[in-house]
Amino acid sequence: MFPIIFLMGFPLVAGLAIAAAPDAETRGRWVRLSVALIALVSVLLALSSMGEAPRFFALGEGTQHGFDLAITAASLALALVLLYFCRRIRPREWYIPVLILLQTGLMLAVEFAAEHPEVEHALYVDSFSALMALIIGGVGGLICIHAIRYMQDYQAHAEGISDRRPAFFFMLFLFLGAMFGIVFANHLLWLFFFWEVTTLCSFWLISYSGTEEAVRNGFRALGLNLVGGVAFAGALVWLTMGPGLHTWELDRLVDAGSTLALIPAVLIAVAGLAKSAQLPFSSWLLGAMVAPTPISALLHSSTMVKAGVFLLVKLAPVFHGTFAGFSLSLIGGVTFLVTSLIAVNQRNAKLVLAYSTIANLGLIVMCAGIGTTATLWAAILLILFHAVAKALLFLGVGTTEHLIGSRDIEDMEGLVYRHPTMAAMLLVGVLGMFLAPFGMLLSKYTCFQAFLTVDVMPGAGVLLAAILAFGSAPTLFFWSKWMGKLVAVPRSAPSPEPKIPRDEWIALVSLTVVTYVACALFPLADLAFVQPYTQALVDSGLIPASADRIPWETIVLMSVMLAGLFTLPLAFWLRRPQYAEVSGYLSGANVSGGASFRGAMGLERQVESRSYYLQSFIHEVPLMRYALIGSALLVILMLGAGL
Amino acid sequence: MSAYTWWLAIGFLVLGPLVGALLAGIDRILTARMQSRKGPPLLQPVYDVLKLLEKDTLVVTHLQSLYLWGFLFFMLISGFILFLGSDLLLSLFALTVSGIFLCLAAYSTNSPYSNIGSARELMLTMAYEPMLIMVALGFFLVSGSFRVSDIVQGSPWQVLQLGGILIGFLFVLTIKLRKSPFDLSASHHGHQELVKGITTDLSGTDLALVEIGHWYENVILLGWLYLFFAPWGLAVALPISIVLFFAEVLVDNTHARLTWSSALRVSWWVTVLFGVTNLLVLPLIGHSS
Amino acid sequence: MSFLKKSPWVLHYAATSCNGCDIELLACLTPLYDVERLGIVNTGNPKHADIFLVTGSVNEESRKVVENLYAQMPDPKVVVAIGACALSGGIFRDAYNVYGGIDQVLPVDVYVPGCAARPEAIIDGVVQALGILEERAKERKRQRRMVRA
Repeated sequence: MFPIIFLMGFPLVAGLAIAAAPDAETRGRWVRLSVALIALVSVLLALSSMGEAPRFFALGEGTQHGFDLAITAASLALALVLLYFCRRIRPREWYIPVLILLQTGLMLAVEFAAEHPEVEHALYVDSFSALMALIIGGVGGLICIHAIRYMQDYQAHAEGISDRRPAFFFMLFLFLGAMFGIVFANHLLWLFFFWEVTTLCSFWLISYSGTEEAVRNGFRALGLNLVGGVAFAGALVWLTMGPGLHTWELDRLVDAGSTLALIPAVLIAVAGLAKSAQLPFSSWLLGAMVAPTPISALLHSSTMVKAGVFLLVKLAPVFHGTFAGFSLSLIGGVTFLVTSLIAVNQRNAKLVLAYSTIANLGLIVMCAGIGTTATLWAAILLILFHAVAKALLFLGVGTTEHLIGSRDIEDMEGLVYRHPTMAAMLLVGVLGMFLAPFGMLLSKYTCFQAFLTVDVMPGAGVLLAAILAFGSAPTLFFWSKWMGKLVAVPRSAPSPEPKIPRDEWIALVSLTVVTYVACALFPLADLAFVQPYTQALVDSGLIPASADRIPWETIVLMSVMLAGLFTLPLAFWLRRPQYAEVSGYLSGANVSGGASFRGAMGLERQVESRSYYLQSFIHEVPLMRYALIGSALLVILMLGAGL
Repeated sequence: MSAYTWWLAIGFLVLGPLVGALLAGIDRILTARMQSRKGPPLLQPVYDVLKLLEKDTLVVTHLQSLYLWGFLFFMLISGFILFLGSDLLLSLFALTVSGIFLCLAAYSTNSPYSNIGSARELMLTMAYEPMLIMVALGFFLVSGSFRVSDIVQGSPWQVLQLGGILIGFLFVLTIKLRKSPFDLSASHHGHQELVKGITTDLSGTDLALVEIGHWYENVILLGWLYLFFAPWGLAVALPISIVLFFAEVLVDNTHARLTWSSALRVSWWVTVLFGVTNLLVLPLIGHSS
Repeated sequence: MSFLKKSPWVLHYAATSCNGCDIELLACLTPLYDVERLGIVNTGNPKHADIFLVTGSVNEESRKVVENLYAQMPDPKVVVAIGACALSGGIFRDAYNVYGGIDQVLPVDVYVPGCAARPEAIIDGVVQALGILEERAKERKRQRRMVRA
């Protein structure tokens, strides 16, 4: 139990210490040290819980009572802090303080209810939460390291943005601590408290720069997450005072199954949807793009959105085989399809990443709503692979932006020749996101099979599989055309550009290696973390056992592909074909190589060609409007089916 | 997996190009005959590739050859999986990766024609990918498995159960074979607005690799088509699939090229109307699993 | 034997021609002459071509294009000049704005006369070019072997 307490508490202490550090140099050192400690402990925890059955921890009565009081007090303080921040709201954001008050009111009602359920086990760790801890500690930690140097450059470039870096790092670490809290808390009230801490942190970090746009987007994130928070508080009220299930413990809630636990589960699902930026709540995540890149990376890969899907996956056994669960899957499906299509429209690399994040989370939500062994397997692996590859891509785009001064995909043309290492890392990230033999694709593969065996209602499985098929196609398109820009040879000789700073380099290279290794060793991750979790659920009769595993020959073939991706460049590098170079074809009108041609009136013109963004084919605004209406209806349907 | 399928898979690797070249040769003769021409010798595609190997290779960037290796490697893997009787979906994924590597090779040269060609190729991939997935899903629903060895031993009625899927597959086969009206990524006849699209800036050995890759691809696609009729046995199924395969030549010669947006729209509608609908009504037709 | 002979791919460029020869050249591809029988394909792309077929008397503008196209053709390659203008400038020979003959700007291997050149003559010229192409291929192979050694 010690590592759990350490992981939940240490980030707070470290954050305070870092905030109090005398100068930037010391702060950087302490950040590195704390990250190393956190990562070490999470690795140790993961090693010790490999293949283990879930373990629950009961605190002594006095200790627990003390913690309860502390958390109640902290919740109230949190509400006050949020209300204090609300002094900067606009009239049309009136609903934010109302939601805060509503949520606090519901919480107080729960806390001071005439009789409330006793909590036996406040904390737990199972192989899934250990894996999450590994992601939070590892990926989140690397992002913190990347942030040291990134924020230095950021502040140097950003005129008129006050330097609040001490508080910034405090918030980062607080965020990590809260995430650890979410994955280890079995006590729902504690879980809810950590949940709200992440809301607060995300709000503060998004509006870090203090510009009008950043503050507005911060409030939007706050507002939408508070909607989820109110739903969560509603679930707690039901669990305390409602008829039927009477518990404050997550494991009991899950064990109760769909007949008893569906009502609180759908309410918590709304909170999960808001946190993981699913339609109709997705707009906050796009707004979060104004934040410095490490923040976007943190929100998108290892924390925040992952908290949402973590909880949904946890509750999956409750959703299994219910119509509410199917509606949840459909919400994920609509999100996946629509945001994949919209991502095709985007030129800004960060927006492409943002839409693809929402899409991939949609896929995880689809899996969670179905809640069979195979979909849970896919969902957990998706969480893992997505966290790693997306963190790599976000940090990569951030570093690239500092190197080339733009985050426009068109400006990344020829990066393979201008910054080979940087481009190679971005390419691994992109490949990791959608191509065989990398993990994301493996999960999609499992999903197809799993969806077809869904029998909630006739045609349900086919519908989900079709959504997956149609959503995957644009995914392929927008990633490939981005890769196309990266690999394009520059038409004129590139000018020398700055090198990648050391801290950023460490973070990026580690993530690249992890992306690769995670794919190579995924059977191990499967055996150590995913199977024990699903097996425990099967053993307790919550989800049906399923015989289908990925057959060994598929794994062998995947490994051959992965090995090929590694050996081909190596072979190429060793035995480079000796061919003569010639400029690209320009109908014979070339003037200086492939860079310019003789146009009308004998004028020399620069060659320009841009990618396709299909803006005449995919209309973002109306598509988004329909999707919002549709998904809102589905949320209502889900709530209706649950209640 | 039996010794037989191992031989089949190895046979694909060794003899695949020859069979593919023959298919391409027949294709060219048929096209010529439809245009009242005599046409080239049957082995013309082989001569073309052997000639390309004799020629010098000019590259815009050296890395383009690397991407082409990737293209060929994943094409081989895809076919190997198919003929080994292993997972159909995995074979499809490998085929997709291979296509993306070809696009990367064209993108890497960064000439406007190659760029447009590869962008259009990707768009076409986006157009046919859902339908190909529907094919795999359809086989899964009737035979209870993605494994080719199980599909081959499926019910003799599977082609009727999957009638809509077959129509959809034949439709996207036109795209996959780069036939008119969907030859918009690499036009057959170079003297057009797109020049040679995706292969414009490839020459010599590089171009030969692309041709060999396409031969393999033809065999793979014929294999997919064969799967629909496979339960009827080789003697019946192979002629039917070859006839259907060459029906594409007729389509090629009787249709004008579509724009990318109509190609995309039409193929997605076909996928929904024939593919998804077929899957939805499949329980009514009754499946054997 | 070289396979170049069995699969000559041609590139056709009209360097300021009146299009008479060009029409005749394209006639070779029609069912009546059907040069695809001989494996001849009109590629429209220098990087795929083995034989460069040029018509017209070449002026300053088209000279640059002809040179670029020639440079982008991979070795071994041959040039065939088609029609009176391409041979010597034809009736434009004395005009101030033309070079008068492809051989003023490129090394020409085969000359096909005629105004306009007849399809039979063009096919004959291409077949002659094949002989030269094969010679070049052998030479090229020898050069490569020497470079390797």
